[in-house]
Amino acid sequence: MRKHGLWLLVVVMALWMLQAQALTVQDDAHQSVEIKTPVRRVVSLLPSLTETVCALGACDRLVGVDRYSNWPASVQALPKLGGGIDPSIEGVVAQRPDVVLMASSTRGADRLQALGVTVLRLEPRTRADAQRVLFTVAMALGLPATTAQRTWQELQSGVDQAVAQLTPQARAQRVYVEVSPAPYGASESSFIGENLMRMGVSNILPAAMGPFPKVNPEFVVRAQPDAIIAGDSSRQSMLMRPGWSQLRALREERVCVFAQEQADILVRAGPRMAEGARLIVDCLNRAAAKASKGRG
Amino acid sequence: MMRTSTALWAFVLFLLSALLMALSLGAGSQGWEWPSQMLAVGDAVQAQILWDIRLPRSLGAWLAGALLGLAGAVAQGLFRNPLADPYLLGSASGASLGVSVYMGAWGGSLTATGWATRLGMTGAAFAGAVLAVLLTLMLARGVHQTLRLLLAGVVVGVVLGAVTSLATLLHPEALLAMQGFLLGSTAFVGWSASLTMSLALLLCVVLALAMARVLDALALGEATARSLGMPLSTARVVLIAVLSLATGAAVAQTGLIAFVGLAAPHAVRSRVHTTHAGLLLLSALMGGLLLLAADLLARSAVPAQELPVGVFTAVLGGGYLLWRMRAAQQGAQS
Repeated sequence: MRKHGLWLLVVVMALWMLQAQALTVQDDAHQSVEIKTPVRRVVSLLPSLTETVCALGACDRLVGVDRYSNWPASVQALPKLGGGIDPSIEGVVAQRPDVVLMASSTRGADRLQALGVTVLRLEPRTRADAQRVLFTVAMALGLPATTAQRTWQELQSGVDQAVAQLTPQARAQRVYVEVSPAPYGASESSFIGENLMRMGVSNILPAAMGPFPKVNPEFVVRAQPDAIIAGDSSRQSMLMRPGWSQLRALREERVCVFAQEQADILVRAGPRMAEGARLIVDCLNRAAAKASKGRG
Repeated sequence: MMRTSTALWAFVLFLLSALLMALSLGAGSQGWEWPSQMLAVGDAVQAQILWDIRLPRSLGAWLAGALLGLAGAVAQGLFRNPLADPYLLGSASGASLGVSVYMGAWGGSLTATGWATRLGMTGAAFAGAVLAVLLTLMLARGVHQTLRLLLAGVVVGVVLGAVTSLATLLHPEALLAMQGFLLGSTAFVGWSASLTMSLALLLCVVLALAMARVLDALALGEATARSLGMPLSTARVVLIAVLSLATGAAVAQTGLIAFVGLAAPHAVRSRVHTTHAGLLLLSALMGGLLLLAADLLARSAVPAQELPVGVFTAVLGGGYLLWRMRAAQQGAQS
């Protein structure tokens, strides 16, 4: 109930701010950013932020994106303005954006601000982050908070629906999620881990290891996960790792390998999290079915 | 005679630099544009792109190159070793360690434009560079044995590089900034960074020129230099400070850019026979020209995209040194 009260406050504040000529938004780098309204031209330098803008129905205000933004398809036609290491300062300025949305870790934010560009630094890493970012972006775009509220509720009911599809056998599995073949895994404290926890599925990587820890291959062999979720790039290397041929999950082929397009959905803490949850649920259901077949 | 040829070469290098600088104003993110047309529109954003993004950036590339070229010439003269350069002596690794420690401790990002951050980072890079050079000299027990000096420089470079990686791992939020830093880039250089570098360059050139006579004497051997009454120990301290400040100032604003410091003095020496005063000056001009040319190539080689300038300096500088090596071999055979 307290949460609802908080959102009500946000709604009231947003409505109050709409009256003003310039609005002030608190970004994730703890800076109060003043944004001149109306915001018509938006540059996004992070895929999940691009997706957030579009989920709020403001896709047509985007005038430039980073080179990794690829969803929805309409953004692929926009000017590509570099990546996290090498954003094109000149390219961004040339688009005359009213606001630039970028990750705090992306370089060049200070340089852009020094050139008089309005920069909003946002860091969507967890589910709570994704929610906060959705409301911040809505506020920055001058959209009513009810729009953000509705989008968030749709998302959450989508996730709930996906979770409801999970079979009891699938829920009982212990899972290892690999995000890159170094190998880096996704622990309980990551955004993917949070989704698993919401499903009641246990993760072999505890939250204490940090969100995306570098995993000792021996740790996985010792933990013997029931199912493995991995990206396409991990498929080949997994069988080559010493001792991994003994992994039950690999022997019984209880592995879900996601192609890049789907992996994008899984790792972006944005408006496609319901779709991501559905991918994981399907995977775990398939893995559980294989297990019961194997034993039966 | 010598003086005229030095002056002539200085003029040529300056002219070429000015030409490239003018060219670079037209090399934009979307391909070539005529600067005059951009200004003719009378549009504030176009003017801003020209004067606040492209100009300081091109100037910054030239200044960073000049600093590295000067550092290379100082190192080669001081250590009487044609292979000495800011990288091989470990000073660039030391400078980047300084920057990463600074970024970790104060969270300042590399592109920060606040003056405190800019000077703080330059200071940290300078301290790191001094530390690295002293460490190298200590391990090599002096500058007399070429092999020892180079080995010690490589060891210090690798060890400090590892410490930098560790410092970066401890501050994952700075990981991207640090990665970009190791690639070397002039893309984020603004007026404050350019001004910082020009002040450092001015100071370094004045100090180095004041010591040029000592370098001339040193070329004849240490005993001769001493018998000529040269203030050797003072000169060493000053020149190591110049080497470190020049490297630190360049590294703090643009990251690691290899080969310019090594190639620039070699390019000068292959064309002009001059005293150290001339060599120092021409090496700075040549370094500036080289890095400006590399930056222009990096910006315009692939339209609407930018390649890391460090890649170009490595190819250009490395290729040039290989060519020199072959030429020297053939010269010896014939």
